[in-house]
Amino acid sequence: MRVSIALVALLSLGALAQSASAAAPLSYDDARHLLNRTGFGATDAEIRGYVGMTREDAARKLLAATHGQAVTPAPGWTSARGPLRYPRGGEKASAEERRVFQQEQLRKGLELRGWWLEEMLTTSSPLTERMTLFWHNHFASGQQKVRFAELMYRQNVTLRANALGNFGVLLHAIARDPAMVIYLDNAQNRKGTPNENFAREVMELFTLGEGRYSEQDIKEAARAFTGWSLDRESGEFMFRRFIHDYGTKTVLGRSGNLDGDDVLDILLAKPETAQFITRKLWREFISPDPDEAEVERIAARFRNSGYDIKIALYAVFTSDAFYARQNRGVLVKSPIDLVVGTLHDFDMRPGLPVPFAVAAAGMGQNLFSPPNVKGWPGGEAWINASTLLARKQFLDRLFRADDPSARMETSAMLTPTTLPKAVAAPNGAQDDEQARQLRFMRAMDRGLASVQFDGEAWFARLSASDPSASGRSEHATRLLLAIAPQTAHEPTDVPLTVVRQLVLDPAYQLK
Amino acid sequence: MKRREFIKMIASAPMLATASPVAWAATPAGADYRHLLVLIELKGGNDGLNTLVPYADPTYYALRPKLAIPRDQVVQLSGGVGLHPALAPLLPFWTRRELAVLQGVGYAQPNLSHFRSIEIWDTASKSEEYLQDGWLTRTFATAATPSGFAADGVIVGSPDLGPLAGGGTRAIALANTEQFLRQARLAVPEGQSHNKALQHILKVEADIVQAASQLNADYAFTTEFPQGQFGNAIKSACQVIANKAGVAVVRVTLTGFDTHSGQLATQARLLGELAAGIVALRGALDELSRWKDTLIVTYAEFGRRPKENLSNGTDHGTASVHFALGGRVAGGLYGEQPALDRLSSDGNPAYAIDFRSIYATVLDRWWGVPSPGPLGGRFPTLPLLRA
Repeated sequence: MRVSIALVALLSLGALAQSASAAAPLSYDDARHLLNRTGFGATDAEIRGYVGMTREDAARKLLAATHGQAVTPAPGWTSARGPLRYPRGGEKASAEERRVFQQEQLRKGLELRGWWLEEMLTTSSPLTERMTLFWHNHFASGQQKVRFAELMYRQNVTLRANALGNFGVLLHAIARDPAMVIYLDNAQNRKGTPNENFAREVMELFTLGEGRYSEQDIKEAARAFTGWSLDRESGEFMFRRFIHDYGTKTVLGRSGNLDGDDVLDILLAKPETAQFITRKLWREFISPDPDEAEVERIAARFRNSGYDIKIALYAVFTSDAFYARQNRGVLVKSPIDLVVGTLHDFDMRPGLPVPFAVAAAGMGQNLFSPPNVKGWPGGEAWINASTLLARKQFLDRLFRADDPSARMETSAMLTPTTLPKAVAAPNGAQDDEQARQLRFMRAMDRGLASVQFDGEAWFARLSASDPSASGRSEHATRLLLAIAPQTAHEPTDVPLTVVRQLVLDPAYQLK
Repeated sequence: MKRREFIKMIASAPMLATASPVAWAATPAGADYRHLLVLIELKGGNDGLNTLVPYADPTYYALRPKLAIPRDQVVQLSGGVGLHPALAPLLPFWTRRELAVLQGVGYAQPNLSHFRSIEIWDTASKSEEYLQDGWLTRTFATAATPSGFAADGVIVGSPDLGPLAGGGTRAIALANTEQFLRQARLAVPEGQSHNKALQHILKVEADIVQAASQLNADYAFTTEFPQGQFGNAIKSACQVIANKAGVAVVRVTLTGFDTHSGQLATQARLLGELAAGIVALRGALDELSRWKDTLIVTYAEFGRRPKENLSNGTDHGTASVHFALGGRVAGGLYGEQPALDRLSSDGNPAYAIDFRSIYATVLDRWWGVPSPGPLGGRFPTLPLLRA
């Protein structure tokens, strides 16, 4: 039903984009830009497939390829139903029960990270995964608090199913999502003792943005969400009517016996919500500095469409700002961009994806565990001395020809004591725990060492118009860097050396 | 009652609540980053009650039938409290009055999540406030370190920059100096750009190169460093401190304090490592003639629940004890031991010292940087430094 509405909307998109259709067909650089911004890296062949298209056709093609379900088979345990095995709470749980539970969730959480990374790498629609990740960051929930990998998986499924659907539908679904109910404490929100956490964040971070509501609005909205809880047996959302507040509430000027859905609809009716989401899409796809006039234009279309996410993205992907020269190479690659994008750029298929998810975590982006409800701050905050060296070591390691023993340093910062948050077991006190983590890190090392890069073959596949060594180097530069290299590169015709110089150039951190 | 009596005896250690308002007034002109700060993070949430043991309080023994430290094993500091036996190597510091014991350090509306609570500590935020930059990052943005310094701060043994996270600061994270010097060869030394994102990356690359040019890995200490990860981290920290260019802060981490089960053995081992590490650190600082201008401070995301659980462990708690040591520290007891007969509904004690008071002390009194800006408010300083 929702899908067909989106398709109808998409078919009529051409009529909406009059001004942009005059633009020249996509050049190689344009196509490269489009695919790198909407996916995770892009191969030479993929870029060729978009050269010569109009912006409109290219955007339509990308949007038409999106889908609501992952292709990579999820870990078997995700389809198991029945009660979530909960260690008897708090002080009643035995040490053994806690340990078993933690180990199990840790293992499942790692499998989940690997599964998603694999999907990002192999999907026919990288845009689907980029948007799923976008919403994961927007409706941030983390396994550190939710604990159950099962619930994190189910949330991921919900995010993907709606990632390019309707924002209103997604918002309503997320408010009922069990992982979110736990993450923002709505399970503790009851009549008489409301917990305001969800009500606050739904306004500040999910819809309106800070400062566009009052503290009183939060208090009243919290009452509307009382009783939005979950069934600890099934792990499903449950409305507990006995703890719901049926009194009259007033939220943003609207009064009545409002429930949670009413509050969400009040928030969706506000133009600020469309603008807030559009600004965030701008920072994701175009530049760190949204153009307010353009934001208003795109947000109006978004809202008038009833929050069709594809309509908003079409407007973004066909805008002049998206392709503007001054907006090339102005976004910092996220760790996932860097890790998945690099594997993709070079046609590398790791046997085991988990080590690469852990590598991204070591650079500051641990999937399923954003740092807090605000998500990853992103942008320049991705880069500090620690994460930059982690990035460079990762790249150095992937593109190294010399002896394998030197490869053992990549994850040296990931010593057992410094394992990224929530990749490490919550209870790291025991000695056997440290030994286990050490074994884990060795497995990571082996995983990273498992991908091989064949520089000669990769170079041979490049569609360089000038097939000489220097022509191919030049083409590799265009393919791999969004802007000109920042360091003087030694002329060489050794493919591996060319690639090393390019990926270790500061410009490679940008997209 | 006994606690209060004792505190009165320690003339040089007035309680926080009565700290003089004069504390803010005496701010020397200009920041002095020759004064070194060494932060030791007790990651996981160290159990304060078994660190500074209220051995005269029967409620303590009632709450901890299995985990209490027997009175005769406590290293007594006063008529009411004493150190865990594994901390005995710190007794000489106490005797020389170079060890300040900060009791009941915490904050209002405590959060019991490791991740969220350490974020509150690292950013010096209120419980409900989300800030991006670390408190030291904001400090160095207010008052920069000398440009010749190797770095503003060095984080040893953890990729997580903690109080140095966020924009602008020259923070280096390394596992050991040798390895860092090797890795740093991947960084490029110079460059300028109008592209803001690129400019930021180039600056961080240059920070790495500058730190690498100043740090060394081969200072020959005669001090023997303890075996093990923490001992190695202390050794690396001392190599960092031995650089001639200077650094304002070094952070090391001792991890594993999340003792939900089997606490006695684990905590004894960890506190033993902590004490041995501090003793070695002091020895190395003496060799460098830096003990007089070094302030060592411990911190953690939270303490642990006073009542032991059924797994011979303790669960996440709130306020806890911390230590400040150094050649100019005015030793003694500060704050107040948690009142075990007045716990909150979830069984945790109230705090006596807001953790940001410790930060304010570092800023106002150690570095001479006015603290209200970086800390986003005024917090009373503690009189724990001698002139």
